[in-house]
Amino acid sequence: MDVFSNLADGFAVALTWQNLALALIGCFLGTIIGALPGLGPSNGVAILIPLAFTLGLPATPALILLTSVYYGAMYGGRISSILLNIPGDEPALMTTLDGYPMTKNGQAGEALALSGIASFVGAFFATWGLVFLAPQLVKVALLFGPAEYFALFTLAFATLGGIAARNQAKAVIAAALGLGIAMIGVDHQTGVPRLTFGEIHLYEGIHFLVAIVGLFAISEVLLFLEHANGEAPEAGTTRLNRITAPLSMVARTAGSMARSTILGFVAGVLPGAGASLGSFVAYTFEKRLKDKEGTFGKGDPRGVAAPEAGNNAAAGGALVPMLALGVPGSGTTAVLLAMLMALNITPGPLLFTQQPDVVWGLIAALFIGNVMLLLLNVPMVGIFVRVLQVPTKYLMPAVAMVSFVGIYGLSGSTFDLLVMIAFGVMGYLLRKLDVPLVPVILGILLGNEMEKNLRRALTISDGDLSILWGSPIAIGIWLLAILGFIAPLLFGRLIRRKKAEVTVAR
Amino acid sequence: MKKLIAAAAATLFATFAPAGAMAFEPGNTECIAPANAGGGWDFTCRQVGKALYDLKIVPNPVQVTNLAGGGGGVAFAEVVSKRNGDDNLIVAASSATTTRLAQGAFPGASKDQVRWLGTIGADYGVIAVAKDSPISTLPELFEAVKENPSAVSFAGGSAVGGWDHLKVLIAAKAAGFNDARAIKYVAFEGGGEAVTQLLGGHVQAFSGDISEAKGFVDSGDLKVLAVLAEERLPGEFDRFPTAKEQGIDAVGANWRGFYAPGGMSDEAYDFWVEAIKTVYESDTWKEVMAANGLMPLSRFGGDFEAFVDQQIADTEELSREIGLLQ
Repeated sequence: MDVFSNLADGFAVALTWQNLALALIGCFLGTIIGALPGLGPSNGVAILIPLAFTLGLPATPALILLTSVYYGAMYGGRISSILLNIPGDEPALMTTLDGYPMTKNGQAGEALALSGIASFVGAFFATWGLVFLAPQLVKVALLFGPAEYFALFTLAFATLGGIAARNQAKAVIAAALGLGIAMIGVDHQTGVPRLTFGEIHLYEGIHFLVAIVGLFAISEVLLFLEHANGEAPEAGTTRLNRITAPLSMVARTAGSMARSTILGFVAGVLPGAGASLGSFVAYTFEKRLKDKEGTFGKGDPRGVAAPEAGNNAAAGGALVPMLALGVPGSGTTAVLLAMLMALNITPGPLLFTQQPDVVWGLIAALFIGNVMLLLLNVPMVGIFVRVLQVPTKYLMPAVAMVSFVGIYGLSGSTFDLLVMIAFGVMGYLLRKLDVPLVPVILGILLGNEMEKNLRRALTISDGDLSILWGSPIAIGIWLLAILGFIAPLLFGRLIRRKKAEVTVAR
Repeated sequence: MKKLIAAAAATLFATFAPAGAMAFEPGNTECIAPANAGGGWDFTCRQVGKALYDLKIVPNPVQVTNLAGGGGGVAFAEVVSKRNGDDNLIVAASSATTTRLAQGAFPGASKDQVRWLGTIGADYGVIAVAKDSPISTLPELFEAVKENPSAVSFAGGSAVGGWDHLKVLIAAKAAGFNDARAIKYVAFEGGGEAVTQLLGGHVQAFSGDISEAKGFVDSGDLKVLAVLAEERLPGEFDRFPTAKEQGIDAVGANWRGFYAPGGMSDEAYDFWVEAIKTVYESDTWKEVMAANGLMPLSRFGGDFEAFVDQQIADTEELSREIGLLQ
């Protein structure tokens, strides 16, 4: 088959000692960058671009280095999510929901190992998807206009209830808060600044990483300070049982991984949807489908496997539009795209035919990086969990320091640090009020895109709302959204009744 | 290779030297890119910085600082308020900078607060349609707009009032269609996304820069109606007709260049104008331009100041017409 001979050529390009060494360095640096709060895959890649130039690397090795960092950061993001309840980057947000509870249950080792395996599954199969489906998928992506994207984001919000375990109303409040924050900045469709109060630093809106690090990391530090008078929750209380995932757990989550890989990949392929949507949809779908006992959110291994498989599959999927259309599907691919241009490679419809060695070398590098990451990550779980044994009084200052450095590194502006602290205080208050933080971030991330696409669609149709359900794809997504919204109301009642019966019977 | 590593090391450890004395001698020079690594301004700083050092115009490698935010406004404010007298500082700029200055998008800023040095090239605007569109010339497109403005949606990669939008308005005006507000412009995130929407049939026309369109023209997906340049572009780009030769006198060049702090001494200003001119005219730079799809556009010193004045005045007028400025 053509694909296989191309791939073999790709491996021939990628399998040199230099490239393997670069992939190893990239994977290692990426994992660390991903694990540090504030530094995500896009910063990681952006930071290392100058390094690639300074070393004078030609196109393929440079790409191998940077994609290894990209995949490495996607792997690494989960570590701080699981261990500290602080998402290392934005797609790892959903992993906190079940990952941190697992740590609290003394299953940190299992959670890390399992999520490493899930990441591998997601990324591995997404890379195969990239190999076989890239040209066809591009055609599907083209069918998505503003109206279809709007429907897609509505679908995401319709299933939002899925992430709030306890109080739905508070989840809605949190999401509304996020939507409000998303409004800040220059409105793209009119060029008018909104809610900026004449402050130039707010013109580009609030970077979601600033919000994430503030809400999660800084508020964690504040919570610690509150309890700091000598009786801090000792690190020793977190038990550590084992540092691998039992096979039975892997087997039990295999279905979740498979479904999430597909969902994540599709979300990644759509430009403008990205990895966060991938992990979000994967998690909520899995919860809707499988959460019969209400264990999601309380440390269910499937709730760790699903978002990790989803976001890593999305990372692979996002490469499809980037390579085939020159359109980045996520923040990180936008940086990679700039890198390609700087290397004098124009991604686009002709890339596969004009520069096959680059494309297939890159794809081969993805496979190599993936295997390397699995080998690197699963045995390293033992080292990662040591973080938990660091006494909180040393850990928390370190978290604060890394947060400040990471956010300052984003833009080199001290204003962002103030915004981050403000978010930290807000996160602290919200936690005190028992309002979930994840919907706030989703509101910021998805709300912006949702609004933009609604406005675009209405501009195109001269304000005629019927464009929103004007295509079969849009109608299909709307039906799913309605189903996703109503089904839990109906089935929820049924399940609750059944549960009640069971309890009564007992 | 060794030199590059040494250069990088030197860049890392470079510190700010005090401003030069009478006849200007560049010290440890710095270029501010008002955006994150990877963007156009970052490219401008890094490539020109490298050329300045390679051509031995500056003694030490140029340190590139990324100062993102506010679409360049944060860097502008920083230069005006804190670095006003710095003779060793240049800042990357482009049409986006003047557009935002004209629209008052940098609060309290005006073009007179800095000194404009020169350009190092330009990316010319194009207006294109999908390959299966019935329209095949620019006048035909604007006939369609005149007939029913709401039937033609233009997609571009910049916000409303941004450069991609203004190019459509400039062309429409030159084609005799004066109702700027009736023209439908849909803003996407970057030219790539806008082209994708065009190919998907969600919009009817695309306004962008030639470098954004090239890949899709080569693959046959995109039909370039016109390049908004004075004359046909060099090299393989000469197959695209200009708007001018189709009777629509519209030029839209997204220049790339530099400004310097307003308090820069005349000696230093003259040095930098000459330095950028030397880079622009060098063979090294011609290669960089060819590799990156940059087109010729040369304005330096006073000439460039006048060019910036004109562009700001034009942008103000258009922005008023679409209601962005009162």
